[in-house]
Amino acid sequence: MATKKKWVAMLLAGGQGSRLYTLTKRLAKPAVPFGGKYRIIDFPLSNCVNSGIDTVGVLTQYQPLVLNEYLGNGRPWDLDRLDGGLFTLPPYQKSSGSDWYTGTANAIYQNINFIERYDPEHVLILSGDHIYKMDYTKMLAHHEKMGADCTIAVIEVPMEEASRFGIMNTKPDTQIYEFEEKPKEPKSNLASMGVYIFRWDKLRQYLIDDEADPNSSNDFGKNIIPAMLRNHERMYAYSFDGYWKDVGTIESLWEANMDLLAPSDPLSLYDPDWKIYSRNPCQPPHYMADTAHVENSLITEGSRVAGEVDFSVLFAGVTVEEGAVVRDSIIMPGSVVRSGALVQYAIVAENSVIGENAKVGERPELMEDKSQWGVAVVGNGITVGAGAVVPPKAMIESDIQGVEGNE
Amino acid sequence: MSESNKVLGIIFSNMHDDRMGDLTMARTMGSVPYGGRYRLVDFALSNMVNAGIRNVGLVTKSNYHSLMDHVGSGREWDLARKIGGLTILPPFARAAAGIYRGNLEALNGISAFIRSAKASYVLVCDCDLVANIDFAALLACHQQNGAGITLLYGRHDVASHGGDNVVLSVGEDGFLRDAVLDPDAKGEQDVYLNIAVFDKELLLRLTADGVNHGKYSIHDILQEQAQARNVYCCPTQSCFFRIHNMVDYFAANMALLDGGVREEIFYRGRPVLTKIRDQAPAKYGLNSSVKNSLVADGCIIEGTVENSILFRGVKVGAGAVVRNSILMQDTVVDDNAQLEYVILDKDVLIRDGRRLAGYLTYPLYVPKKSHI
Repeated sequence: MATKKKWVAMLLAGGQGSRLYTLTKRLAKPAVPFGGKYRIIDFPLSNCVNSGIDTVGVLTQYQPLVLNEYLGNGRPWDLDRLDGGLFTLPPYQKSSGSDWYTGTANAIYQNINFIERYDPEHVLILSGDHIYKMDYTKMLAHHEKMGADCTIAVIEVPMEEASRFGIMNTKPDTQIYEFEEKPKEPKSNLASMGVYIFRWDKLRQYLIDDEADPNSSNDFGKNIIPAMLRNHERMYAYSFDGYWKDVGTIESLWEANMDLLAPSDPLSLYDPDWKIYSRNPCQPPHYMADTAHVENSLITEGSRVAGEVDFSVLFAGVTVEEGAVVRDSIIMPGSVVRSGALVQYAIVAENSVIGENAKVGERPELMEDKSQWGVAVVGNGITVGAGAVVPPKAMIESDIQGVEGNE
Repeated sequence: MSESNKVLGIIFSNMHDDRMGDLTMARTMGSVPYGGRYRLVDFALSNMVNAGIRNVGLVTKSNYHSLMDHVGSGREWDLARKIGGLTILPPFARAAAGIYRGNLEALNGISAFIRSAKASYVLVCDCDLVANIDFAALLACHQQNGAGITLLYGRHDVASHGGDNVVLSVGEDGFLRDAVLDPDAKGEQDVYLNIAVFDKELLLRLTADGVNHGKYSIHDILQEQAQARNVYCCPTQSCFFRIHNMVDYFAANMALLDGGVREEIFYRGRPVLTKIRDQAPAKYGLNSSVKNSLVADGCIIEGTVENSILFRGVKVGAGAVVRNSILMQDTVVDDNAQLEYVILDKDVLIRDGRRLAGYLTYPLYVPKKSHI
């Protein structure tokens, strides 16, 4: 039997992230690279360890290979512990049969035994879709002060965007009296961040009841939270006012990376007191050649830049050859941009090659038909041939032949 | 017992400290920062680990706090092991003996550690060399040549050093004829690179015997062993930099700005491992201009940097100009400051508009935590 814990965290990392299309073809969304040297899951994991949480269950299901390898024994996040630590929890076979995780609540339900081992007072439920730095201890303090059964972290969003989120309607003392999923006419602008703290004994009962309901879709937002509200459980909102961004779409993933380039450093990535940890191969510092011209960008270890880079994020081991231009783009680990290539408003996934004089993406201001514009995406391990053109909004999943005369 | 278990690695972290001046005032040779994110000990450790050596003793003498901080339990080199792994060997002085005077005496001081290691061979290595060397090939060479000792040597211009060179006279059969400390020779010579493989039993005998006869360093016993045709010399083809003074140090850093050298040092299929600091990527601001430079993570650059090495967490303010310089971890160069041919040690602060300049053959060194 493990030691009793005040709280444990459960991180929902099984989602496909289908709106990231080719980027999540072979890896789960939480494993998508972000910000030059991170993967999305580094943010909730680092928040946990910085908040003093030493036991984290990571629920995996969709394409877990990259994610499992990345998490390993949890060492990069200091979560290789004698007592507790990081555990990946895939669906498993039981004597009664085997089940995939059918919903967020079902995934936790299937791991009740895991949580019980630590006999926690509270359980923190997180998702692997968001970029933010948050001290969960402050949220726990609010949860305990209010004597809440459930506390939901909320963030103020612009009123005109509120209908895209799950909105919490609260009383002045932060008690939640109503939850509306993507309301057409929102009554408040407090959006759920997908971060919940539950009293474990309450949550446990609701999970069991929810599982017994054949009509339930076993989802926290659709079932558990509404059920608790119906029963007038003590539910409170905890307001968070830092940087928070859902990176579930190509546009939002691109935007969140670009946010890091702002001089104001909205995410405080350089704050030594709340580091974001990650697993990275040990590579030498990056090299800037004589011909390099780099401004407003993030560049990391193992990269070599001889071309022009502006408003871009370059991951580890990226090469930008002389005469190549990368603007307003994200180049993921190990990719190469060859001489003369022009990459604009694009995401180039891992280990891809953009051939000589190829053109990827387009600046929005140069588009005649703005509706045709979007961030261009080149998938993992793709070769875009010399002189080839990848139009804006394109999603490249197989190699593109070079154009003759450019070989 | 697998092949890799048969070798014990011993690293001397303090040899040559006294030649490095202020750089080793408060640190060992092994913990001298290098190449933007490394310490010299990383090369010795990585070369060993990359050759499958899983049992390493790190001999310390003085000022080894920074070294301990860097190597920790050896995790970053995969040396936090139950079987073998990294063992830090602090000075062990018997009441009458005092602290060791040379590497042979140091080996005698740790003879119990060596004896207890399940190894047939001992590979000893100083921290004065920046190189990515195939130690597995060196060990194979030792196993084939039948000698009790194998020295690694390379062609090296001895005139560029103020001493501390053991020049070898190697016979056509590869066996050592003679080894002379700082001979009156000039130009390129066959120089011992302070890396050697010993048969373990021989080493234990030589250390005990040597110390009884007032011989304190490995060099002292080479002559006698050479006469017994027991020392083989293995040449290295790898690119290497010996670091024995500040000018060497400066040159060895600047050499990394050459793509061929970086290829030789870092990309030989044998990674150079070091402590992870979990810093964000380097950030380039508006109007930053960085050319021919090596930049580590955590840097924030808004000024101009040319021909320089920037360690982790360096800040270069707007309008500042840094040329031909080495800026160690967490140094801050405020707006409009100008630096040329300087080596800033860790945590140095150069305030607004200050100007500092050294010269190629005399880089200006600014000690740790100075504020200018």
